Order: sequence, then structure tokens, then C-alpha cells
Amino acid sequence: MAATPLLELRGIDKSFGPVQVLHDVGLSVYPGEVTALVGDNGAGKSTLVKCVSGIYSMDAGTVAFEGQQVAIHTPRDASALGIEVVYQDLALCDNLDIVQNMFLGREKTRGITLDEPTMEQMAGDTLASLSVRTVKSLRQLVASLSGGQRQTVAIAKAVLWNSRVVILDEPTAALGVAQTAQVLELVRRLADNGLGVVLISHNMNDVFAVSDRIAALYLGRTAAEVKATDVTHSQVVELITAGRSGNLGLPPEKTSDFVDITPPGDDR
Amino acid sequence: MSTTTTGSAGKVKVAKPTVASHVSDYIGRVRGGDIGSLAAVLGLIVLTLIFGVARPDTFFSTLNFANLFAQGAAVVFIAMGLVFVLLLGEIDLSAGYTSGVAGAVMAVLLTTHGWAWPSAILVSLVTGLVIGFTLGFLVSKVGIPSFVVTLAAFLAFQGVLLVLLGGGTNISIQNEFVLSLANDNLSVFWSWVLAVVIIAGFAGAQLIRVRGRAARGLVHDPLGIVLGRIVGVAVIVLVATAILCQERAINPAINSLKGIPIVVPILVVFAVIWTFVLSRTTYGRHVYAVGGNAEAARRAGIPVDRIRISVFVIGSFMAAVGGIIAASRASSVDPRSGGSNVLLYAVAAAVIGGTSLFGGKGRIVDAILGGAVIAVIDNGMGLMNLSAGSKYIFTGVVLLLAAGVDALSRRRAAATGNR
Repeated sequence: MAATPLLELRGIDKSFGPVQVLHDVGLSVYPGEVTALVGDNGAGKSTLVKCVSGIYSMDAGTVAFEGQQVAIHTPRDASALGIEVVYQDLALCDNLDIVQNMFLGREKTRGITLDEPTMEQMAGDTLASLSVRTVKSLRQLVASLSGGQRQTVAIAKAVLWNSRVVILDEPTAALGVAQTAQVLELVRRLADNGLGVVLISHNMNDVFAVSDRIAALYLGRTAAEVKATDVTHSQVVELITAGRSGNLGLPPEKTSDFVDITPPGDDR
Repeated sequence: MSTTTTGSAGKVKVAKPTVASHVSDYIGRVRGGDIGSLAAVLGLIVLTLIFGVARPDTFFSTLNFANLFAQGAAVVFIAMGLVFVLLLGEIDLSAGYTSGVAGAVMAVLLTTHGWAWPSAILVSLVTGLVIGFTLGFLVSKVGIPSFVVTLAAFLAFQGVLLVLLGGGTNISIQNEFVLSLANDNLSVFWSWVLAVVIIAGFAGAQLIRVRGRAARGLVHDPLGIVLGRIVGVAVIVLVATAILCQERAINPAINSLKGIPIVVPILVVFAVIWTFVLSRTTYGRHVYAVGGNAEAARRAGIPVDRIRISVFVIGSFMAAVGGIIAASRASSVDPRSGGSNVLLYAVAAAVIGGTSLFGGKGRIVDAILGGAVIAVIDNGMGLMNLSAGSKYIFTGVVLLLAAGVDALSRRRAAATGNR
């Protein structure tokens, strides 16, 4: 484990109007490790990812990349740093082929024409580095691929640009058993190649299968950041559902934390 | 030849295509719902046979063959522009009247104000660009559905046309250059030069592509298929040129008529330019991406709004080109220019050719093939002396048929994961 995190978030606050979704959230991502980001629906996982990837702006907090403080305001800032996000809905164009999708928005050109041979070669090399050895054709339309193959293309698209941190949003949510195993293997391989990987997942089996660290969010707060080997399955579930488990997690809620919303005069 | 031999793309092993696998892939794609231009080609053959049997003397005459180009050209230009708009899943219902307005602008400047033809044509084309930008801006920045924006424009441009023509007069065009665009022919010599240039250009483009890929060790189409394509194009171009270079005037002593119509090279130039733009440039790639999945395109950093405006600009620009050609052919502009069936024909041309109304799928050649089908229908029914009423009904049915094939093949493609 490296001493300095590749990506370190500290004290992130984010509100949408009057609703504060993230309170003082922290997250550390180390190179060569898979950090699982877990939390129930509405815990703020997606919001946090969108802040890191520059889609949302943060209200407060700092982001350090390799120990240097950086500012991320737009998706381009994030990709310039080497932070890539693979979204749950994959963001692939069905009517384009594998190569076209992998280079979408960042096409290689020679003069004013597209440099198809170079793109095809780079795409092939990247897929090979992820140990994807056989596809029928790199010119196959993405529409004709299986769910697992699409996930592979989306991940390959993210690592094509020498990225340093890859954030995967529920990569196995829609997959069958065999394909899930394939994708998890791919996730592990990304980390073994030295990337910092953030895996967002609801599935505890997936989390324990590949992750080195687990960060749990509970109602927009960081409940705990622990090593995967230090906690049990049920402890993580408690962190997700209650925000604490034994001496891990957030302090117990105090009555003073709550606002009395009983209508005045209703004294029953 | 076996399909298990492998080639490489980078370091990934992929199946190396052979002539046999290429053919079976194509059959598989058609079965899977990706019929492309097949419907247009089959329709063209069937319609030619029907009209040929019904009116063998007139339909198969060389004069009529040449007429097809002049009759169909304006619709094909408009359809080329519509391909861009349809690729984004949008529609431009005002394209017909945009062509009418552009034609009227040119005619008024030439005839009423006595301008020279270059400036009149330029202003007319700029009119198309401005119209396209306005439509695109309203659709992408204001957010009005393109159906409503262009339906409003459809009505408004009808009014603009009336105003330009001073309430319904007919403005005739005397400028020789403008009249020659849709009515004159290349000389026999230049006709053959054009034919050779087209064949050489097509063959060169195909072979350079194969060599470039082979040099990098990438898989490429098997040579048999490439040569087949080149020979096919060469045969069609040479036969058409030979027919068009025959004397076709009824009385050659008075007015000799032979050679390729001048609209053909204009069509070829636009077809080559737009095909290049769509298939070989970053911009074209982004048009397909926005049409396929706008959200994915946005996340990939593609300026979706600007792409959306640009397709309307190209659409209206090509409508203006079509309007100029139509005005040249009619040698006048009247309040019905660009009205009645022009828009319907143009949309039908694009859709029959294989461009999807749902976006993301379409090519420029679709506009030409579909335009040929429409031209044959219009021409053949004219020769059979059918009433205007039955012509409209038949063309409406053909458009519905094409849109039905599009919708069904899309469903089939979704079911087979082919699209």
C-alpha cells in the first residue's frame, strides 16, 4: 500500500438548494487498490462521484491529487488529471462500433480526416492489455454486444487515456453470474496495473471479492473508511443501514440533532 | 476459405473476413433488420420493370432517362440535407418552402433587380444558412420540438414566398447560366471525362483504404469484395454514360440533345463532400453519436447544441441548393415553388434510401437512391397519365411503406441486438 493516496477528498460539502446532500465527506483512493464506495440509496454516492468528475461543483472541501491540491470544475479538468468515470448506464452509442465508442469525443485525426487505423490499433492494444483476447470484430456495433462486453468496452474506454483513477458506478448491476465474475476480474486487473479504482456497489459479495478498502456513506456523511480485511460482511451492512457498527462509524444520534416537526398546539 | 483464420487489430485477435464470410455477414445483417438501401434498390428494379412493361416506348427512351435526372435532382439535394437532420432524429418540415424562398430570392435578385448570377446565387444560399441557423437555434437553445418549429416555419415561409413574389405573380428567369444548371448537358467529351473521373475516384478511394489498413496489419475487406464494388460502380457509370451520350432529341437537326445533364456533376460533388464529412471527419462522427445517444455524446464532451444547430444549417443550405435547381428547371418561381409534394418527396427519398426517422442511421447515398425511386414513381405515373390525385395517393402510400419498413426493421434489430 502506498503512503500517499492518489486521490484524497476532504471535507466535501454539497447542497442542492436547501437540501444538504454531502456533509464533510472524505475519501482516499490509493494506487493499486480497489476502494469500494458503499451506501444505501440516497446516501450521496452518485453525488460524490459527480463532484469528483466535475459534473457538479463542490460547495466546500479540498481535493488532492498525488498530494497536490487541485480544483475540478468541469469534466475536462477531471479527465486532464486522469480521472475517468464509467457510468451505470455506460454512455455508449449503440449505432457506433467499438472503436468509435472508445474514442468518442477524443478522436485521433490526421489533417481533417479521422485516423481510423491508429484508433483501431490503440483500441486493440488497450483491449489486449485488459486481457480481452477475442472479439468478432473491433468494427462490431456496440448494439450487438452482450451486457458484459459493453461493460468491458466502457471500462476500456476509461483506461484508454492513461487514466490514473477509474470510478465504476455499479458495474455489475445488470449482469448475469458469469459476466459479473468477468467484470470483477477486470476491475481487479485495473488495480493490479497500478490504477486507483473506486467501485460503487450495492452487492456485498462483489465488494468483498475485489476491494482492499471500504468507504461507507450514511445519509451524506462518511460513516467509515476501513480495510476490507478488518471488517465482516455484517459490519458493513450495519454501516450502510445504521451508519455505525459497534465502535466503528458515526457517533450515535443525539436527540438535539433532530428538529421537532410536530405541529404547534398538537400536544397529544 | 474458412472464417476461423485470424487477423489482428492491435493485439486483439479478430476473425479475418473472407468473401464468403462477408456475404454471410451481409445476409445476417439484413435478416437482423439492418436492410440499409436494399429496399430502395429492389424498389427501383421493380418499379422500372412495371413502368417499362406498361409504357415500353416512352419510359425506356433515352430522352426519358435523361429527364429522370433533371426531375429528381432538386428533391435529391433537399433530401441530402434532410439526412443530416434525420440523423439526429429531428425533422425539418419547412425544407420544401425553404427551397421555394431561396429560389424566389435568387429569381427576384436576377430578374427584378438585375443582379449578376454569382451574387444572386450567393445571397440565395446565405438565405438558406440563415434560415437553418434560426431553426436550429430555436430547436436546440430555446428547446421547442423541431416538429413545431419547422411546422410554424412551413406556414411562415409560404407567406414569405408570397411577399417576395409581390402577392402571387410568377417571376421568370432569363439568366443563361442559371437556366443551364438544370436544363443543359455536358458535351459528349466531358461526359466521358466525368465518367472516368468518377470511376477512378471511387476505385482510388477504395484501394487506398485497403492498402492503408493492410500496411498496418489491420483486417480489411477482402479484395474480392472491393473489386466487385469497383466493377459494379464502373459498369453502372459506363452504361449510364453511354445511354446519355446517345442523340435523344426528337428532331436533332434543330436542337441536338446529348451528354450527361449538368446537374449530375453538381450532385456528385455534393454527394462526395457530404459523404466525406459524415464518414471521415470528427464532425460527422459526432453527428452520428448525438443521433445515437445524445447523453453519451454530451458526457464525451461533444457540443450537442452546436451539432444540433449545424445539421439544421446544412439541411436548409441544401434545401436552398435544391430551390435554385428547381427554379432553374422551371425557369421561373411562383407561389407554389417548393410547396405541394416537394417536402414529402424529399423526406420519402431519404427514408426509402434507408435513413432512419429515429436518428443515428443514414448515409448521403440514401438520398440519391431514394430520390431515384421517387423520380421513377413520379415520372412513370406521369407517363401513364394518372391523375394528380392518384399520384399523391400512391406517393403517400410509398412513404408510409418506407417508414413502416424503417420502424419494423428497427424493432427487429432491437430484438436481434443488431440495430
